[in-house]
Amino acid sequence: MGTGEPRDRERPMTSHVDLDNRTFLDSTELVLNMGPQHPSTHGVLRVILKLDGEKVLGSECVIGYLHRGVEKIAENRTYAMFNPYVDRMDYVAAVSNGLGYCLAIEKLLNTEAPPRAQYIRVILTELNRLASHMLWLGTHALDIGAITPLFYTFRDREEILKIFEKYCGARLTTHAFRIGGCMYETYEGMEQEVLAFCDFVEPKIAEYEQLLTTNRIWVERTRNVGVINGPDCIALGVTGPVLRASGVKWDLRKVQPYSGYDKFEFDIPVGQNGDTYDRYLVRIAEMRQSLRIIRQAVAGLPAGPIMAKIPKILKPPVGEVYVSIEAPKGELGYFVVSDGSTQPYRVRVRPPSFVNLQALDVMVRGQLVADVVAVIGTLDIVLGEVDR
Amino acid sequence: MSEDTKANPSTPPGAEKPGGTSAGTPAAPAKPAAAAPAKPAATTPAQPAKPAAPAKPAGPAPEPWTGPLPDGLKSRFGSAIKEASTYLGQNYLLVERAYAVEVLQILRNEERFDYCVDLTAVHYPKKELQFEIVWILYSFSRNQRMRVKTQIKEGEPAPSVVALWPAANWLERECYDMFGTAFEGHPDLRRILLPDGWKGFPLRKDYSILQQDKEWVQANLGIESGQ
Amino acid sequence: MLQYVSSYLSQPVTPGEAGNYVWATVYVLVVILGVSLVVLSMNWIERKAMAHMQVRLGPMRVGPHGLLQPFADALKLLTKEDILPAEADKLVFWLAPVVVVVTAWTTFLVVPFGRTHAVTDMNIGILFMLGVSSLGVLGIVMAGWASNSHYPLMGSLRSSAQMVSYEVAMGLAIVSAVLMTSLHGAGIYGVTKDVAQGVGTLSMIGIVQAQEAQGTWFIFKFFPLGLIAFVIFAIAMVAETNRAPFDLPEAESELVAGFHTEYSGFRWSLFMLAEYSAMVAVSSIAVALWLGGWLRPLATVHGPAITIPHYWQGGAVDFACSLLPALIFFFLALVCFVAVARMPKLPVFRIQTAGLAVLGALLGLVGLVLLAPPVRDRVQDVFWFAMKVAVFMYLYVWYRATFPRYRFDQLMKVGWKVLLPVGLGVLIVTAILGVLL
Repeated sequence: MGTGEPRDRERPMTSHVDLDNRTFLDSTELVLNMGPQHPSTHGVLRVILKLDGEKVLGSECVIGYLHRGVEKIAENRTYAMFNPYVDRMDYVAAVSNGLGYCLAIEKLLNTEAPPRAQYIRVILTELNRLASHMLWLGTHALDIGAITPLFYTFRDREEILKIFEKYCGARLTTHAFRIGGCMYETYEGMEQEVLAFCDFVEPKIAEYEQLLTTNRIWVERTRNVGVINGPDCIALGVTGPVLRASGVKWDLRKVQPYSGYDKFEFDIPVGQNGDTYDRYLVRIAEMRQSLRIIRQAVAGLPAGPIMAKIPKILKPPVGEVYVSIEAPKGELGYFVVSDGSTQPYRVRVRPPSFVNLQALDVMVRGQLVADVVAVIGTLDIVLGEVDR
Repeated sequence: MSEDTKANPSTPPGAEKPGGTSAGTPAAPAKPAAAAPAKPAATTPAQPAKPAAPAKPAGPAPEPWTGPLPDGLKSRFGSAIKEASTYLGQNYLLVERAYAVEVLQILRNEERFDYCVDLTAVHYPKKELQFEIVWILYSFSRNQRMRVKTQIKEGEPAPSVVALWPAANWLERECYDMFGTAFEGHPDLRRILLPDGWKGFPLRKDYSILQQDKEWVQANLGIESGQ
Repeated sequence: MLQYVSSYLSQPVTPGEAGNYVWATVYVLVVILGVSLVVLSMNWIERKAMAHMQVRLGPMRVGPHGLLQPFADALKLLTKEDILPAEADKLVFWLAPVVVVVTAWTTFLVVPFGRTHAVTDMNIGILFMLGVSSLGVLGIVMAGWASNSHYPLMGSLRSSAQMVSYEVAMGLAIVSAVLMTSLHGAGIYGVTKDVAQGVGTLSMIGIVQAQEAQGTWFIFKFFPLGLIAFVIFAIAMVAETNRAPFDLPEAESELVAGFHTEYSGFRWSLFMLAEYSAMVAVSSIAVALWLGGWLRPLATVHGPAITIPHYWQGGAVDFACSLLPALIFFFLALVCFVAVARMPKLPVFRIQTAGLAVLGALLGLVGLVLLAPPVRDRVQDVFWFAMKVAVFMYLYVWYRATFPRYRFDQLMKVGWKVLLPVGLGVLIVTAILGVLL
């Protein structure tokens, strides 16, 4: 029943599912298609499952339904013009995408945002992490059958989106940051509102936990489901809460801090078994740690400029950089190649969801069909990021 | 209100080493000849502290990367390691294609770069070796990131590293999908983001969506595209 | 005519026992009507209660506070296109919903709403109910088969496997309760031997009467055994009716969409009707077997005798309880009027406000009627029975909003590996205690 079988290191990590036209009754193996339109595949994702009765023998993901050619577009826009495009990749955590891109271009320009801008960035990014995890929790619980937490998390997420709207005018695809810092100063009363929100949401997280964490049915649906161990995660390039739930204590905000994260005190929650339940616990704990960071950032918000001195027309020197941040979904990286002109020569986005989705096959083999939906949910993928 | 010094954001030791970038570089593109476009168009004469046009100090440049790792590789592979540099604190190697797999193997097995962060390509149509395949690697134990690059000709397959890092499976497929660079030794090289029957490789510099559109309209509708 | 009615209403037996076919038919029609009304109101209650649990309002537009929503839904379903899959087995396809509905309604023949308020009182009452509801599984299998598509087929097989498994657990719990009817001792542990009866019976009315005679509801009998048996039944009945958290065969986010995928419009509404009727039926079993049926709580406490001329003669506590039905209707009327006061004062809401006021007036009127002594006395049994069943209905809705879904293998594991052994254990210990005490 879905216990992680010991990994055979000689077995290849991926399985190519045979798609020849065998009808249902011809063999004991059934090829089942979870089509691009399905209530539980979080976007347009097609998963082809090879089943033996109820057990999954192998799976294959067909992606690309949301491919918009973002990287090609980048080559035809100036650096600043491309900034709004990155929000649309992981549209659930748009602020993080913007942060990563701005950091990459600032690195290319060899500058840094001023401290006040860094703190504002941290506040908004952590708020966005909370929002992303809340959305994840609601939809993941919905897939497993608990239909109520969705409404609670979305209600609380509304408060975060209200703060974003007051700050930069947009709720979801915020374009909150600019290359060199922030464009908007904090609005009147933003610190108080953010702190009030932190106080508001802390008991709400406890509410979600009350509904799910010790709920026997929840535990049975998520324990030992989709198990992946630490070394497999590293080999498959899986990062983010999935990696941390498998026991690897690694968070880019701690090991390679950016944007002032080294000034804040927070813990890295780590799981043990690498199953869905641990990933759930890790993300809940991360929500609490985000609150901690936000409170520290608001308390220590320095005065000063919010924008570094960079020229109006950006022409970074010839060169290339790779900058990555800890997005809510994992390591989000930008590899930018500049040829000295106003438009980037190449922008490569390293999407955490894309790489994490590769691990679906490994996590789902040997599980039952009903678990596939839970595993897709627990990976927390956003198809906008997978396909770009 | 002057800008901060241009050291890298404070990183723990052992991370991207500050590669000796010149300190105090003003935050402006350091192209000496391109000083003019950097000035804002509506120049008022009374702008204080504007960096003077001709006397701009040189911006960051790639510095040679020395250390036990690159030195060891250089001694083993000699001229196959064409370049071992650091730019803005990020280390990278440029390796000849024939030796790329071996170098990567050594990096993974001996130097413990166990995590393949990313794998991509850049297309330089004017060069003879058009495609530059970039591997970005990270080592958990050393908390270090580095890049390995190799250059291949058009039509020449790049080496596949799926055997070393299973993460490279989809990454190589995407690279193939976007650039047309085949990866030798990949178990299942097919398009991943674009539909299976797609013609052309979009991220190449000579790929134009207008051209595709014209072709499609001509083929399917029999008329001129008019774009 | 009125004499005939009132002469009949004062008879001490059910129509079936009296052999009166006319009244039996009348009772059957009343029961069917009542169950249908309950299903309609369950639709509304489920949507509103779940919505409020989920921080939203639920239907608000169709009628004041969505009260006419069930009628709108019923109308919609009736006017929907009736789709017949091309390769479906037409006779079986047509027959399946009929089987499910008929078996669900047939179980109501023996449900004891009161001492004389049942259609009939078979001496194998509970066995009859269990057997007929098992026949409903046949309808589900027929539905899956006739759809000629392997997703409904798999869904119906899963549903039927689930229902059959949990019927075993239900049966064991029921046998425990039936055993208790044959006990001689009154009180929770039956140590005081002053019960004249003590004859084991399968008749539904007989089971409630045994609880009456023993002075304690069977949920408290041999505490905690009665409670455990009740809990087993309460869990099994949720699985039996394919409701959350055991609704995997019906869930949309699963790959197999359930046995009623190919059914549309009226046929589908028949399945829903059957599902809710089954919910009421198994809740009635639970209420009759463990919660004292139509007995009011603390039935042995009568309070000091008071006399109100032309109105009441008897214990004070009895008097207070007898007013409860009317009071509840008055309370509902009050709620309606408060809602009327809170309605927005805009022209578009005039009709809704008026309708709500009329509803409040009607409820108040019903309350007044319930104060009249003949009605008041006859209605007590039904009232308490209905209240208890209503609690179960609310619990069903509460479970659906709260719990995640069990995976199918876990569901079967709970039925066979947990409920069955515990049920057997409770049965054995009850039997031993019954002999000893």
